[in-house]
Amino acid sequence: MKGFILSLRSEFYKSRKTLGFWCSIILPLVICLLVFVGYLTHSDKMGKMSGMLLWMSYASIILGVMGSLLLPIYVIIIGYSVNSIEHKADTWKTLFSLPISKWSVYAAKFVYALFLVFMCLLLFYVFTIASGNLLGVLKPELKFSEFHMESFLGQVYLKLFLASLGILSLQFLLSLLWSDFLKPMGIGFLGTIAGMILVGVKWEYNYWIPYAHPLLAINGLFKQPKVPTPGPPVLHVDLFTNEIYVSLGVAAVFFVLGFFIVQKKSVK
Amino acid sequence: MVINTDQLSFHFGDQQVVKSLSLQVPEGCIYGFLGPNGAGKTTTIKLLLNLLHADNGTIKIFDQDITTHRIEVLSQIGSLIEQPAIYSHLSGRENLCNRALLLQVPVARVDEMLELVRLKSAANKKAGQYSLGMKQRLGIALALLSDPKLIILDEPTNGLDPNGIIEIRQLLIKLVQDHGKTVFISSHLLAEIERMATYVGIINHGEMLFQGTIEELQGLSKPLVHIELTDSADAANLLGRSGFIVSDVREGNIFIPYTSKEDTGKINTLLNQNGHVVYAIGKVQKDLENLFLSITQNS
Repeated sequence: MKGFILSLRSEFYKSRKTLGFWCSIILPLVICLLVFVGYLTHSDKMGKMSGMLLWMSYASIILGVMGSLLLPIYVIIIGYSVNSIEHKADTWKTLFSLPISKWSVYAAKFVYALFLVFMCLLLFYVFTIASGNLLGVLKPELKFSEFHMESFLGQVYLKLFLASLGILSLQFLLSLLWSDFLKPMGIGFLGTIAGMILVGVKWEYNYWIPYAHPLLAINGLFKQPKVPTPGPPVLHVDLFTNEIYVSLGVAAVFFVLGFFIVQKKSVK
Repeated sequence: MVINTDQLSFHFGDQQVVKSLSLQVPEGCIYGFLGPNGAGKTTTIKLLLNLLHADNGTIKIFDQDITTHRIEVLSQIGSLIEQPAIYSHLSGRENLCNRALLLQVPVARVDEMLELVRLKSAANKKAGQYSLGMKQRLGIALALLSDPKLIILDEPTNGLDPNGIIEIRQLLIKLVQDHGKTVFISSHLLAEIERMATYVGIINHGEMLFQGTIEELQGLSKPLVHIELTDSADAANLLGRSGFIVSDVREGNIFIPYTSKEDTGKINTLLNQNGHVVYAIGKVQKDLENLFLSITQNS
């Protein structure tokens, strides 16, 4: 356990100055800022919207950009980034000749990648809520203050996080095995596009494809029920759907598989 | 014995890289592990560090089996394998701090190490901008950081200038003599090892060809009589006709196996009587470089 915590701290120390780490902060910042500026400069058209609709349109633009394309690509980059730091410096041999168990080294790396994805999505959540409220203050004609969706949006991002674990574990393993960028990136890209198409054509088993999970998780969130329920519409997230179970299953399987590979693998 | 391997074997694909290797490294010595490029030195070192798993044989370090006591054994070893593994986006100091964090070594030790390998002034420069020699020195600092009992260095003087080589040599000798460490150092340069090693192992094609003290190695070489004169070819013919075995003739130099003082005197007299002016004559040891070559080439 001590080795694991030491390794985890070392992962943070090593990656502080890498693109992978800063990507997790800059990505949510830039996207939220762009949407924020868009709303700020075009507020006249949105004055008529109710608070709920306004929040939903605001959050769904950010979610739409993120969930459909950016999240899978970002996860692919993170999977690559935490492993490439060792490939590039040729440091696997030193990591595995330290008096720390291989399990700790491997698990710390995986958990750190997980943490980066979590942090990125958490920042998306925080920036969305904060910038929405700020818009409400700067432009009082936008009725952001009328409605609150902190809990709903929190669940949405939690679902997105769970939906990205399958891709992460797959890409993590590919990047662990291959030192070059193109192979895992190429496979990841193909997978993402295949996922988008399969979701697009509504293939009934598309939830078995990890790369389709973020998109599936977002799809249907904002769909209104076919039979309108009386009273104000209720926002509800069904957290554990098929794709989330598959995502968690894939993550568990590939995490364990990766460990066995690390245990057996020779460091050449 | 600090390192004791028994019948160690390893292969990559169908190529046998290490063959029944039995290494014995006593405590408190500098063990020079010698062999030409591709002889299996780095593979052996990787086996010692459990980075590769042996097909056959056992490895005991500090009397513990590496496969069953991996962490206990590794905690007593500092190593540098091949080119130093350094994060180029971090500074030299940060590289050491990162390792200090993993090994739970106080940060004060980082400064000590920087001082020791003379990187203090470049400590905050990105390691990617270091010269090869600086990287090598940083690699050595990383290996010594935890103050290990056994230091394993794979060709540590690669890329160092003569001054750097001398410094590293003196540092290693000091570590062994004053602090009782054991150093296992591989090299393909005998001249480098000869100046510091107390024990030598010579390996080629994965096989141990010689293992013993440096004196034992020197003892293997037969002394020669070296004669310096002008017309070496003519003189060599004369000596051959008179029953001496000439082992080597090089422009102005003749080498004959040494037998006794009296015979050396006879050679001198013979040459003088036949009109050859002898500039110098004396007993010499075959140098280790040639010995190393003959050992590795005969295998």
